[in-house]
Amino acid sequence: MINSLFLINPSGEIFLEKHWKSVVSRSVCDYFLEAKEKALEPEDVPPVIHTPHHYLISIYRDKLFFLSVIQTEVPPLFVIEFLHRVAEMIQDYFGECSETVVKDHMVMVYELLEEMLDNGFPLATESNVLKEMIRPPTILRSVVNTLTGTSNVGDTFPTGQLSTIPWRRAGVRYTNNEAYFDVVEEIDAILDQSGTTVFAEIQGVVEACVKLSGMPDLTLSFMNPRLLDDVSFHPCVRYKLWESERVLSFIPPDGNFTLMTYHVNAQNLVAIPVYVKQSISFFECGSDGRLDVTVGPKQTMGKTVEGVMVTVHLPKTILSINLTATQGSYTYDNGTKLLVWDIGKLNPQKLPNLRGSLSLQAGAPKPEENPSLNIDLNIQQLAISGLKVNRLDMFGEKYKPFKGVKYITKAGKFQVRT
Amino acid sequence: MSASSAFNDEKGGSSNVGEPEYGHDPASGGIFSSDYKRHDDLKEMLDSNKDSLKLEAMKRIVAMIARGKNASDLFPAVVKNVACKNIEVKKLVYVYLVRYAEEQQDLALLSISTFQRGLKDPNQLIRASALRVLSSIRVTIIVPIMMLAIKEAASDMSPYVRKTAAHAIPKLYSLDPEQKDCLIEVIEKLLADKTTLVAGSVVMAFEEVCPERIDLIHKNYRKLCNLLIDVEEWGQVVIINMLTRYARTQFLNPNMNESLLEEGGGEKAFYGSDNDDDTDDEEDKEEKEKKKTEATAIVKRKPYVMDPDHRLLLRNTKPLLQSRNAAVVMAVAQLYFHLAPKAEVGVIAKALVRLMRSHSEVQYVVLQNVATMSIKRRGMFEPYLKSFYIRSTDPTQIKVLKLEVLTNLANETNISTILREFQTYIKSNDKDFVAATIQAIGRCATNIGEVRDTCLNGLVQLLSNRDELVVAESVVVIKKLLQMQPEQHSDIIKHMAKLTDNIQVPMARASILWLIGEYCEHVPKIAPDVLRKMAKTFTNEEDIVKLQIINLAAKLYLTNSKQTKLLTQYVLNLAKYDQNYDIRDRARFIRQLIVPTDKSGALSKYAKKLFLALKPAPVLESPFKDRDHFQLGSLSHLLNAKAGGYQVLPDWPEAAPDPSVRNVEVPEWTKCSSREKRKEKKADKPFYSDSEGESGPTESADSASDTASGSESGSGSEESGSGSESEESNEESESASEEDEEEEGKKKKKNVEKIKARKPVPESESEPSSGEEVKKSEKKSKPRIGSSESESEEDDDSESESSESEEESEEESEEETKKKKKTTASKPPSKPPKKENKKEKKEMSLLDFDDFDPAPSPSQVTPLNNFLSSSLVTDLEGLSLTDNVLSPTTIVPSGNLKTYELLHRITGEGLSVEYCFSRQPFSPDLHMVAVKIQFTNSATSEAKSLHVEDAKLQSGMRIKEFPEIEVLPAGETVSVVMGIDFCDSTQAANFQLCTHTRKFFVSIQPPVGELMMPIFMTENEFKKEQETLLQSLGQLMGMNEITEKLTLEEKCQGEHAVVQRVTTAANLSRVPCGSDKECSPPVPPPPFPIHRFAGKTVTSGSLVLVSVVTKEDGAAQLTVNCEKMVIGTMLVKDILQALTQ
Repeated sequence: MINSLFLINPSGEIFLEKHWKSVVSRSVCDYFLEAKEKALEPEDVPPVIHTPHHYLISIYRDKLFFLSVIQTEVPPLFVIEFLHRVAEMIQDYFGECSETVVKDHMVMVYELLEEMLDNGFPLATESNVLKEMIRPPTILRSVVNTLTGTSNVGDTFPTGQLSTIPWRRAGVRYTNNEAYFDVVEEIDAILDQSGTTVFAEIQGVVEACVKLSGMPDLTLSFMNPRLLDDVSFHPCVRYKLWESERVLSFIPPDGNFTLMTYHVNAQNLVAIPVYVKQSISFFECGSDGRLDVTVGPKQTMGKTVEGVMVTVHLPKTILSINLTATQGSYTYDNGTKLLVWDIGKLNPQKLPNLRGSLSLQAGAPKPEENPSLNIDLNIQQLAISGLKVNRLDMFGEKYKPFKGVKYITKAGKFQVRT
Repeated sequence: MSASSAFNDEKGGSSNVGEPEYGHDPASGGIFSSDYKRHDDLKEMLDSNKDSLKLEAMKRIVAMIARGKNASDLFPAVVKNVACKNIEVKKLVYVYLVRYAEEQQDLALLSISTFQRGLKDPNQLIRASALRVLSSIRVTIIVPIMMLAIKEAASDMSPYVRKTAAHAIPKLYSLDPEQKDCLIEVIEKLLADKTTLVAGSVVMAFEEVCPERIDLIHKNYRKLCNLLIDVEEWGQVVIINMLTRYARTQFLNPNMNESLLEEGGGEKAFYGSDNDDDTDDEEDKEEKEKKKTEATAIVKRKPYVMDPDHRLLLRNTKPLLQSRNAAVVMAVAQLYFHLAPKAEVGVIAKALVRLMRSHSEVQYVVLQNVATMSIKRRGMFEPYLKSFYIRSTDPTQIKVLKLEVLTNLANETNISTILREFQTYIKSNDKDFVAATIQAIGRCATNIGEVRDTCLNGLVQLLSNRDELVVAESVVVIKKLLQMQPEQHSDIIKHMAKLTDNIQVPMARASILWLIGEYCEHVPKIAPDVLRKMAKTFTNEEDIVKLQIINLAAKLYLTNSKQTKLLTQYVLNLAKYDQNYDIRDRARFIRQLIVPTDKSGALSKYAKKLFLALKPAPVLESPFKDRDHFQLGSLSHLLNAKAGGYQVLPDWPEAAPDPSVRNVEVPEWTKCSSREKRKEKKADKPFYSDSEGESGPTESADSASDTASGSESGSGSEESGSGSESEESNEESESASEEDEEEEGKKKKKNVEKIKARKPVPESESEPSSGEEVKKSEKKSKPRIGSSESESEEDDDSESESSESEEESEEESEEETKKKKKTTASKPPSKPPKKENKKEKKEMSLLDFDDFDPAPSPSQVTPLNNFLSSSLVTDLEGLSLTDNVLSPTTIVPSGNLKTYELLHRITGEGLSVEYCFSRQPFSPDLHMVAVKIQFTNSATSEAKSLHVEDAKLQSGMRIKEFPEIEVLPAGETVSVVMGIDFCDSTQAANFQLCTHTRKFFVSIQPPVGELMMPIFMTENEFKKEQETLLQSLGQLMGMNEITEKLTLEEKCQGEHAVVQRVTTAANLSRVPCGSDKECSPPVPPPPFPIHRFAGKTVTSGSLVLVSVVTKEDGAAQLTVNCEKMVIGTMLVKDILQALTQ
């Protein structure tokens, strides 16, 4: 299975290595670095590289490369999924996944990696189990550790590994018992020049933050589960009950987790909350062009559209831009040619507009393709598909938990072609 | 000093503080100035007796390891701390050890004893971690120690330790492949483990050590299928991949008939593997028609019925498509792709499309697989066409893959939408992507005739694109398209000829030249002019262009020598002195060929034919075509090359191998005892081994036959086993079996002879340890001995003496070998040539004794079809039985079968008889309860002719006696099965048990729980039945529903305990709960867990439904529904007792 793991920063420095089988020299990474040099963007590095003796499977995440070395046949997704779990674990433990964080907690990360795989085969990947063995750092604990010279290695044994519900640790106690669920929906869409929808769909996710004592058994039901077309669950959800009764029944992990993700039935037309009027043109003879973008609310179900942001990757031949925004502000990075217009709240009375001139490098030909606009937005208190949580019941424990559900709609991969 | 600096490191933790400490800066070590003593401070800390200092030192050392710095010189100092009390230090020492033990083998040995001590620790987690570290130390010397530790851990009480043992197996294997055989034994043992914790790890070990030993899976197949959903996600991936391979060897192709039809149908022969019809020629049609009719004929003859095990796999993997883990989803998707009937594959599309929203690496892998799938099963992804639309923000590699999928999905109906999308893509700034798009358009144009012209026109427009790469790519694609119908497009060719002035990309220039040369007849005026221009620039061209110039010149010379003779000469002369030898060679060759000289050979006559032959149009096909011969989702598939350790996905077998190999039966006499002999105390099943211990003579008899089959050993034994199969061969095809026998040759004859030689001493022969062998040998030997009432085979017995004896030998050896195959690890797996035999065996297997030895039919007339059906029933029963056995909560250990005494040793004058209710269906008559009777002769003399006589039965009761046991030698034990129809009452069956000297009055009284047999129903069915029961008879409530409240004891409150107690008390099967998860977590699901059990009475088949509701504090409620009030009441009593005892 997985032989070794190297963490590499964008400049090509290997700053952590872990071997689960025989040691593989880090020179194997040269093949990867070579491929990385060739690729224009870090995302373009092929995830699987074949070298004479090894296979390198890598992911790029949070500005870090996680590179694993494989010697024999193994499903590539198996490795990729695992590497993402490693990244998530670091994120979960230290609040973020970055080079500095890993360097700061080198020993702990190493120990975690040691526990996550045995001989290259995943052993404990559930965050609840890991946290029992190696406690995540808190400010208080690091102070105590400094004073007493102890560390974060759990002195209890990971009993969670022995349980049939490995995702939940035993003996959880809270004074305030609360369970929060966020229904977050993202609109993926491609709109063409004229504003017609080429493709749109809604993807949703139910994020949970459950802080309940003991072993609660929760049942969450929806008013309109028929909307859901395709779902995937956290392992704690009892699939059979979903199949038969369309309710989510589960013993939750402790803390934050993703309960389910879903895809809304394709038959339902997707409401597009904003429209974008745009015109980007380059003049054939002169070395400049014009840009004019207006964003307005469309189908918002009576809610305010917030956090609107337009991102444009301008052509490489742009020399400089000179724009004025009626609302919000824009930033432009001449190095990456990235234009970001942060609008904020949409006011239906006064539509925000960004216009001005673009100047091209002298002599450069007119760009063939107009850059597409990527839209960001969010709408609070609305699930655009209309999905509603009906009720949440708890069994197995006697206290009365505090329950809360929140809805948010966001733009996912929302792109306007121009 | 050093301690404080270490603190800095831990707290501040920034690398610039930590870094110099590791020795680059000599001053940081305080007093130590020289560089090579840099680790002295660490050593000092490790030697101190303060745990905090040790911990500090270890942390710094581990940080060094993590950074990839060498810390091996600290080994002696570190290894000393292996026995440190502080658990944190210990952990870090382990980390260090595992990393450096390989380099410091001798020193590493110092630590071994600590781990060995750890292996004996009462705490399972310590045992596990000791084993984990011990097995991770790659030191060859300790291989025997590791082997021992693994073996021990494999039979540990704790499943966690067993899991660790499974993990240790591949480690040891990679360290010393010599241990393979021993390790396979351990794997086999662990495969039989019933806990979800172990399943994933042991299959992983199986895959690494002995993936070829597919035979080890048979017995565990159903269990693995049933456990699958509760196994952790990583294990699921491994198990699913392995089961895909397994299923490919064991089941029939569910699309077999369709593929035959389609292959004949002349539609793109996607599904045929060995089809030869890539070109849809007219002449083939007739043949195809024929094929088609043949195919339909085959279809009619053999309707495909899916093996229930195949179905089981598909059913149990499907929910996993909803997993959050992309690898699991992919594993299920590939399983469905490779194994499911065409109509059912569609379900995976949605899940795969979902994965497309995941990280780009996941997308990359999924798209590769979707690309392969979409070639074979286009319809599956068509509804999701738009999900493959490309965003400008996608990485290039994703764009190209999406394009591939879109191209594969294109057909007449959606091509217009797709082309519109392509138009957008062509404008992209990402030139690689644009090039790929042009290729894609080309492919769409070749595949879909209707749009060929549109595409061509579009591409021609691209020729005026400003970007040279785009133009070049277009030229190449247009060239390919034009080849299909050049006549209609001379204007395009002319247009392209003009491009030679502008286009500089060599490939494009070469393409244009080739086109003009090839179709110079369509552009007779332009072609010589192009050649003229090219001749001018010849020396500056790239090599491929030069070659094409020569080509063009040659073709023009042949068609239009008047105008081009000189030009050609000129070009050839230039080429003659080219730097590239290829070009020189080509020029020389062509000159000889086309320019007629007196010396020129016979070939020049054919020059025109050589150069201007009609060239077939190129087939533009997906690079993903035929990639599915690699198992999808695998690394090899992704790379399109076999990766190390890749297990080939086998083709479907022509005929399914014996499905009965997967039957798992509650072990009984025969099997166990003989297995035990074979395996030498491998599995300890006390019940049987006891009986075996007493039976000396049996063993010798058995071992005699053992050596007989053993002498053939290995390959021979299997063949002989499969050769002919008892009764079947008689009535079905004697010739076939004889042929087989011939094939098997001498070995077999030897065997026969041996057995013949043994024949004269029937005593030793006819006293095998099992009831069933008794039956067999009786069947066979009786006619020979001449005892008249051998009803057994009269119907169909027509074979000669010799062949009969042969049969017998085969039967025996068959059985032997079968077991051998299943149990002995070191035997080589059956090889393909033998499969032929096996197949034959498959059909006969319904009659195979293994199938229904639970209820061997004593000497009675059994019409064959009855036989067949009953064994089928047994098979099916086995299926549901395994269901019970496997779901972790409903294990009914064989040891739980309660034995009752029928005859005490003293009253029986040395003959003691015990009986138990074997809970197997009694196949000769399903309305009877099977009672297994075990005779033990503890007297000094042998007992003869044991049989049943003079049954005094209540009205309606019936009894099916066991066959007479002719001789029971002293000290021997034998068991037989008889059937009793108790008429659904607990009245005793009284009869006489006779020996040659005495008669004993005995009676068998069944507990009410044995009067029923389990039936399988789902929860919903159960509820429905319960309701209908209540309604139909329900006017008088309480008639058929009896409810009792009870309090469960502490130890009985667990689900497992309840289930076990109920199933021990009554022969019922567990109704699976609504949610699979409910089975595993110990926490009661809402509101209170209800355990349901179902069965029916053996005689009348009336339903018996039992449910136990457990509440807090051990309160519980028991409800029994049964049409038969008496049975219901008694059952309540019995279960109550069982639950509260």
